[in-house]
Amino acid sequence: MGRKLDPTRKEKRGPGRKARKQKGAEVELAKFLPLGKPICFDIPVHPSEVECGPIVWPFSATRFLNCLFVCFEDDSEGEEQRSRPSLGQKEEEDTDLQLNVDIDEQFMLPSSEEIQKENILSFTTFVACEPPDNMEVLKDFRNKREEGRARQEYLVLLHQDLVAYYSYSDFLLEKLMEIFPLPELVNFLEANEVPRPMTIRTNTLKTRRRDLAQALINRGVNLDPLGKWSKTGLVIYDSSVPIGATPEYLAGHYMLQGASSFLPIMALAPQENERILDMCCAPGGKTSYIAQLMKNTGVILANDSSAERLRSVVGNLHRLGVTNTVVSNCDGRQFPKLMGGFDRVLLDAPCSGTGVISKDPAVKTNKDEKDVLRCAHLQKELILSAIDSVNAASETGGYIVYCTCSIMVEENEWVVDYALKKRNVRLVPTGLDFGQEGFSRFKDRRFHPSLKSTRRFYPHTHNMDGFFIAKLKKFSNAIPKVQKDEEPAIEPASQEPAPEPTSEPQSKRRKLERSKVAKGKKMQRPASKGSSLQKLGRASKSARPSPRTLGTRPNSRKKHKMHQSGQ
Amino acid sequence: MRPLTEEETRVMFEKLARYIGENMQLLVDRPDGAYCFRLHKDRVYYVSERLLKLAMSVPGDRLVSLGTCFGKFTKSSKFRLHITALDYLAPYAKYKVWVKPGAEQSFLYGNHVLKSGLGRITENTAQYQGVVVYSMADVPLGFGVAAKSTQDCRKVDPMAIVVFHQADVGEYVRHEETLT
Repeated sequence: MGRKLDPTRKEKRGPGRKARKQKGAEVELAKFLPLGKPICFDIPVHPSEVECGPIVWPFSATRFLNCLFVCFEDDSEGEEQRSRPSLGQKEEEDTDLQLNVDIDEQFMLPSSEEIQKENILSFTTFVACEPPDNMEVLKDFRNKREEGRARQEYLVLLHQDLVAYYSYSDFLLEKLMEIFPLPELVNFLEANEVPRPMTIRTNTLKTRRRDLAQALINRGVNLDPLGKWSKTGLVIYDSSVPIGATPEYLAGHYMLQGASSFLPIMALAPQENERILDMCCAPGGKTSYIAQLMKNTGVILANDSSAERLRSVVGNLHRLGVTNTVVSNCDGRQFPKLMGGFDRVLLDAPCSGTGVISKDPAVKTNKDEKDVLRCAHLQKELILSAIDSVNAASETGGYIVYCTCSIMVEENEWVVDYALKKRNVRLVPTGLDFGQEGFSRFKDRRFHPSLKSTRRFYPHTHNMDGFFIAKLKKFSNAIPKVQKDEEPAIEPASQEPAPEPTSEPQSKRRKLERSKVAKGKKMQRPASKGSSLQKLGRASKSARPSPRTLGTRPNSRKKHKMHQSGQ
Repeated sequence: MRPLTEEETRVMFEKLARYIGENMQLLVDRPDGAYCFRLHKDRVYYVSERLLKLAMSVPGDRLVSLGTCFGKFTKSSKFRLHITALDYLAPYAKYKVWVKPGAEQSFLYGNHVLKSGLGRITENTAQYQGVVVYSMADVPLGFGVAAKSTQDCRKVDPMAIVVFHQADVGEYVRHEETLT
């Protein structure tokens, strides 16, 4: 990990743009409020209060006002209802206000006692109001809880606070709360407010990193190597010239690329003279990295479904001097039909973008359940066609790398788990020695245990965009065909009956199949011309009693069919 | 996608010869495998045979680009070199012009090279000879046409144009959408 990429060193310089905006809004709001209302901005700010700027809890105008009111409230007894002015204002009509007030008071009690004890001090305890307090309670719930309060109530309040403070949609925050333990969640949310460092990748087809660094330093750019794990990356701290328009950039000596985008290619590990497919290539950063690692040998098919975004792909590839690439504009789902037999496939699937909130804050509010599931469905279709396009018999390859810039389990582990069930693939280590393990179990879902070898990257732990990377090896020697209802690749010793991650059309299909089976008709599987080799290969597997409840059905059907064909 | 016709080949090679002269031969006979020119949507692409095979299997209307784009045929069937061909022009260029660091930016914004920005120029460059423009650090920046011969360059005043601008790498940013 690069010195400056170290997340612990991240510093936030005062309230950011968002906080300023919010403050502005509040000042505006105050003008319109009747005098009797609790917000009063002319409380003189005590010097000691000003010092509380850089504190543990992120400081913003809202929070600050909250605190002022907490103070205010402590002084004057009869003003309980004003406990959360900035929020309370807007939520006056809200029915949950009552609940908020109640719980708030309870939070206030310990803190005000503390203050009486310590006599002076610490506005900071005020500033770091509910969420940390709340968090404290939640961390040690048994001892710190208020009598007769359920954990759920604390969580609801925390949820509301975080939603208000970081302006996320309820849905997204709930999802994030499921993924992260609470202290980590705040780190994550906080990291999303800070932009990631700008990184560039040296184009080794045209220059060397040392030469490039020297050339850029001469132009007044302040940079450093990215980290031990990358030999081509550079981090830009500041620059007197626009990094996207220096003569070096135009001459194709480097590519602007997030640190996290290096990783899938390193996991893919393309070899020279291979045949590689990049299914969703725009804007061409990863494609050019593949070409660079292959030293412009072999062939790459760079595909993207958006013609508009392909313009930048063509531009970037030519600028970087990549000559071994064909750029096509097909739907990725068409792929096994269009062409196959690739040694490796990179699938950088379209996703909800929950890992790159710092780049695009709109994601905070504009994604809902449907969007995520729609993405997940598309991703499942894409990963199957990616697997089908790979030639398992390839001497050097047979690998698929699946990555997304989302951190949702639905778009990552779930999709990979689905692929494991549907195709002759197994997960292999990504070859990246950092990153967190993927989930093999999440809430009520149980995924294949090998999902531990996938990698997750988070903004707050690695200081790069949130990312998920899984590397799959296709092991069936058969020519890639649509093999439906396949057992998962690895035979796990004890595989829990996994609740089937069904996307809609798939469940429909299954229903259809079942009904057909019920009718006792011999199934006509649309695209499968399963060779005898495949069937033989699967015979032993299907003969073994499968512990899975849902999975057994298609299997038994297959056995039945095989039996028939054997006769 | 199709091979070039006789006429198109002639027009294109004539154009290429202005910059790289007889080195053009090296583009066609390469030691590292067969390369060829293909026409797709009026653009000329320079591709290796292996890549060509892959590109053949992409439906024509879905194919966006293959290998390196050299340029395009205009409606009046003239050939126009694109900046994307620079990677192949620069190593074989016979006549070169180096611009001073101060004038780099101006050239990259699409301006002609003035005498004041001229760092070096190949001896005995003729007038209207195609030249490749380099920065003083030997980074190819684009190409153009010599407005003055080397001899004349010595005499003209500092504000006189010495190289007419044709293409520069700034177009990757300025005209990204028209590159192919």
